[in-house]
Amino acid sequence: MSKISIQDMELYYGDFQAIKGISMEIPENKITAFIGPSGCGKSTVIKSLNRMNDLVEGCRITGNILLDGVDIYKEMDPIVLRKRVGMVFQKPNPFPMSVYDNIAFGPRTHGVKNKAQLDEIVERSLRQAAIWDEVKDRLKKSALGLSGGQQQRLCIARAMAVEPEVLLMDEPTSALDPISTNKIEELASDLKKDFTIVMVTHNMQQAARISDKTAFFLLGDVIEYNDTDELFSNPQDKRTEDYITGRFG
Amino acid sequence: MEISRNQFKEKIMKLVFLVTAMASIIAVIVICGFLFVNGVPAIKEIGVKEFLLGMEWLPMQEIFGILPMIVGSIYVTAGAIIIGVPIGIFSAVYLVRFCNEKVYKIVKPAVELMAGIPSIVYGFFGLVVIVPAFQTIFGGSGKGLLTASLLLGIMILPTIISVVESSLRAVPEHYYEGALALGATRERSMFFVTLPAAKSGVLAGVALGIGRAIGETMAVVMVAGNQPIIPDSILSGVRTMTSNVVLEMGYASGLHREALIATAVVLFVFILLINLSFSALKRRAD
Repeated sequence: MSKISIQDMELYYGDFQAIKGISMEIPENKITAFIGPSGCGKSTVIKSLNRMNDLVEGCRITGNILLDGVDIYKEMDPIVLRKRVGMVFQKPNPFPMSVYDNIAFGPRTHGVKNKAQLDEIVERSLRQAAIWDEVKDRLKKSALGLSGGQQQRLCIARAMAVEPEVLLMDEPTSALDPISTNKIEELASDLKKDFTIVMVTHNMQQAARISDKTAFFLLGDVIEYNDTDELFSNPQDKRTEDYITGRFG
Repeated sequence: MEISRNQFKEKIMKLVFLVTAMASIIAVIVICGFLFVNGVPAIKEIGVKEFLLGMEWLPMQEIFGILPMIVGSIYVTAGAIIIGVPIGIFSAVYLVRFCNEKVYKIVKPAVELMAGIPSIVYGFFGLVVIVPAFQTIFGGSGKGLLTASLLLGIMILPTIISVVESSLRAVPEHYYEGALALGATRERSMFFVTLPAAKSGVLAGVALGIGRAIGETMAVVMVAGNQPIIPDSILSGVRTMTSNVVLEMGYASGLHREALIATAVVLFVFILLINLSFSALKRRAD
């Protein structure tokens, strides 16, 4: 059963065609990785999945993107969509407020006012993101005082606090050191039992290590989309093989 | 030879920069000196308590109590802030996030133009437009606390809008995107994430607005009624410290003249206190 279904999607920035008619089924409770060289369109596609591209002026999308069979561009309010499809950005972006308020922002946005209930959501989210022990004594302190890796896990916790079904991660470890990267990867593998995860990564080893499915993007097109083991051990397309063996990119 | 000539040039330029940098500091020191030398003896002669807390200002009888003017300045400034700050902040948010380029190209120069209009013109506008309007709506003279506050609220708008706008633009875009990605509306993202992140800039804008409002003279004189009394309603006439000086300085002499300079000393201390408390607030906000 696929969670997200992309059908003949094309995307234009003004006159420039950034995505050239791709189709893809993203399975539930799995990690799907998008790999490919810079400028290949993988970030553009992931941003379309929660309509963050709406912010870009002159961005136009054709084709269909379905979430549980419902078209997210034609039949869904972006606010509702973004509650169901959370996002973690490339650069950790905790808000300049306390750790607690960062996590509580989402639930408060969606109408949770009860203090006890908020406390419970904050603790649960921070535990899920494996950062509770590190921040439980400083919930009221500014989130900007955390290290980069902690900030990114805080952002993951913040995204989970609104109880999304899908978690989009746009190169979540590219700004982090190897130890923090490792923690995020373990976390992602752990989270897939509750969430559907889509992850853009520059790092092919990362895709190979943690993802179940991998899509290889090149120049706005999906060249190959397959089970990760299959794609890395037995690539069908010559360009995929060249890329994963490091001949370009 | 060549090197030493360059070194010489450098020394000269350093001196030039030092002198220009000193100019403003020297000006402040000289103004301070003038104010205190001329004003403080008068305060002593009248008596600190009588001067600052005296309810009556009767120069003919040598009674100089400026409490009504202190209260007047505070009321008028507070009124201007209550009217100007929300409008200014909302306008800045609109300019940064909600208006399209076409509207921006009209609104932005208009705001800049507003900042350049001389205060006497604002005063005329108040006198010819707001005062008659208030006469019709509320009755009475139409001059007073509310009129002055409204006019000053308009006058401080450009300051607040520009400062808040630039501080909102300095907030990294990824805060806003992060809030949207959690399912927040654009308004919520702006008001609960971006605006708090621009807190220190907003405070600076408010401080500048207060400074401009409390120091404004001409426009206030024309619409405030200028009775040296503590206003008992928002329609009551009011006299500010600046109005007090400008109204009487032309003919005052002796202790009366010194008492007016002493009024300016009190105003100066007020502005000093406002600046200090806002820089303290700003430090805490950062």
